[in-house]
Amino acid sequence: MFLRKIATAVAITTLSTGAWAACSFDNDTELKSLSNSFDAMKAVTDAMAECGNVTSTLDVDFKDKMPDAFAANPSLYQIGGVSQGTMVPLLNAGTIRPLDDLVAKYGSQLKPSQLIKVNGKIMAIAMQVNNQHLMYRADIFKDLGIAVPTTYAEMVAAAKKMQSYNLVDYPIGGTYKAGWNLGEEFINTYLGNGGEFFGEGNTPSINNAAGLATLNTMKSLTPYMDPEYLVSDSTYVQQQFQQGKIAMANLWATRAGAMDNAEESQVVGKVVMASAPMGSVRAASTNWWDGIVFATNMTDAQADAAFRVAMEGIDTEMVQANNDAAVWLIDGFVAGSAAAGAIATADNGAAPYPSSSPGMGAMHTALGNGLAAFLNGEKDGATALADIEAAYTITATESGLM
Amino acid sequence: MNKKTFLAFIGPSVLMMVLFIALPLATVLKQSFYQTQSVYETLEVETCSPTFTGQVCIKEIKTIPIIGDNGKVITQTNYVGLSNYQNVLEFPRVIAAFANNSWHEFMLIDFWKALRFTLSFTLITLPLVLFFGLLIALCINNVAKSIRGPVIFVSLLPMIITPVIGALAIRWLFIGDGVLTSFLEWWFAKDIAMFAQAWTIEFMMTFYRVWHVAPFAAIVFYAGLQTVNQDTIESAIIDGASRWQKLRFVILPHLMPLIVFVTLIHLMDAYRVFEEVIGFSSQAHVISLQWLTYDFLTADLMGNRSIGRASASSMLTMIGITLLLIPVLRGVWNDYKGKRL
Repeated sequence: MFLRKIATAVAITTLSTGAWAACSFDNDTELKSLSNSFDAMKAVTDAMAECGNVTSTLDVDFKDKMPDAFAANPSLYQIGGVSQGTMVPLLNAGTIRPLDDLVAKYGSQLKPSQLIKVNGKIMAIAMQVNNQHLMYRADIFKDLGIAVPTTYAEMVAAAKKMQSYNLVDYPIGGTYKAGWNLGEEFINTYLGNGGEFFGEGNTPSINNAAGLATLNTMKSLTPYMDPEYLVSDSTYVQQQFQQGKIAMANLWATRAGAMDNAEESQVVGKVVMASAPMGSVRAASTNWWDGIVFATNMTDAQADAAFRVAMEGIDTEMVQANNDAAVWLIDGFVAGSAAAGAIATADNGAAPYPSSSPGMGAMHTALGNGLAAFLNGEKDGATALADIEAAYTITATESGLM
Repeated sequence: MNKKTFLAFIGPSVLMMVLFIALPLATVLKQSFYQTQSVYETLEVETCSPTFTGQVCIKEIKTIPIIGDNGKVITQTNYVGLSNYQNVLEFPRVIAAFANNSWHEFMLIDFWKALRFTLSFTLITLPLVLFFGLLIALCINNVAKSIRGPVIFVSLLPMIITPVIGALAIRWLFIGDGVLTSFLEWWFAKDIAMFAQAWTIEFMMTFYRVWHVAPFAAIVFYAGLQTVNQDTIESAIIDGASRWQKLRFVILPHLMPLIVFVTLIHLMDAYRVFEEVIGFSSQAHVISLQWLTYDFLTADLMGNRSIGRASASSMLTMIGITLLLIPVLRGVWNDYKGKRL
């Protein structure tokens, strides 16, 4: 965690003074933005910086800082990059402002689908959609004559076949780092199996057949993964791909562009995107959107400037320059091969991340903390699920949800 | 010194200690008996959000916190007695584990798992730190005066490095195909994954802590070695004492107060082991009490933190340190009383 903080927050904090030609106006208000760190977000913040006086912090641990930073008065950041999950605490605390008047004034370029509305009020501007999908080494699959897997069972079969050829260190990569990543993998697969997380009154309901099937699926992949999978996050798996160490992984669509980045990838042109593996009901993935929010605690003049700068960040010009960095919702996006997997996953019915359930935060944390004991072999599946439910129940009772 | 001067001297530091140590501690103690909750309301909310194919609007019944007139979420704080402590210690599960006579089951409960590691980490590193500290001090004391300065400087280097950075450095040497893992793989001619099981991680943590702290012990012992009575050493030599006997009967007794001092400091430090867990991202395999407190304090996706449980867990950590220190402090006290008589 700290190392990612150091690696990303320090390295990618970009500071720009002086306006550039690419921005249509000269911004003279000091603005700060805080967001997650990935290629598409970097493209957007770089485009915002062209207007001048914008400082962007891109930090994978942004979600730990954001609620408190936005609750300060005046807010420590004017602009925030969020997903549907990370918007919830801000929305609940009332620290992001409604944008209807700003959209009317400056948002003519926005498509209706970009407007995130809560009870009719525009609360955020979406810029892209995202999900996890299968990325695989097309060259290896072709050489060995293996068909592209469509389920986890087929992934395991492909991995088994691949192992005897010693072409890669580990056939399968997985973002199984204990904590948020591991929780997210469970949520993907569980939703793919048609699972429901909550019963009446926010009670947990994961200790069931779908939950057990999910655990067994996850465990069936681990023998073909790097044995250090419990410390592997998305960036680590992306790098393993780029270094040719793994042959397939269910990984974020926002990571697809990096495979063809010749500066850091040794597998340019070899990685192809396909739909996420199917669960028993739908694709084992979750659909997310990423977008931009604006703090409540700033002056209207600051809000004006912040919104205009953000509009420059997510304009057609930026999309044309970074077409493959994401599945953009913005005018001018042409779905290329990098987006094919994400779109196929959505076509296969992937569910949206259930961020609207109030207990989801506590559930995600409990899953992230509790699953490692099962994968380690310390607990059997039913015990692990029961313990996760118990941990969730303590937190939910404490916070007043149950 | 008269009473007034004494008070004038000691007053500021007592005030500081009350302000920055006693008061925060009292607040944490108080918080460990309370729970703060948001006040929720259940509403139908319509949310419109983008999908891959266009916008979708859904109406849902949601539990959401109420925002007050001052723009902040309304919260209520309730006295909950010992319930935070119960939630941390999980006695019903402990009793069940003992009823099944199962150590394995006992070790699956977070607090006790963390306590097991914290205690064994503290008690294993302590003798190693004392031993290597003394060894380094004796080595420094025996090298030629001309190179003593540089030798002291080099042996102090591990202590200068910031703990988290040091832990990260060790992590990068060993993770994946790190330099040292690659070397070990070549040496033993087999695939090695240092971060895939608990014992290798614990070994690296112990190694790292001893590497990091032994120089501190060494510099303290080295200072002590400068004051060893040379007459006693000489008479010991005349009496035909061997090197070992000199060390055992002259030098060690002389250093005893310093050994006690280093022991005290190390017990307090090691019981709060935290940097290693973060640096090695070991939470899947190994957790410590201090990490547990940190985990309670981390906000989840909805922005909720378990402040009550975090406070309870820090109080328990403090009690643990006190219990560990009692035997050492009693020794010091008896010595002191003995000397006064």
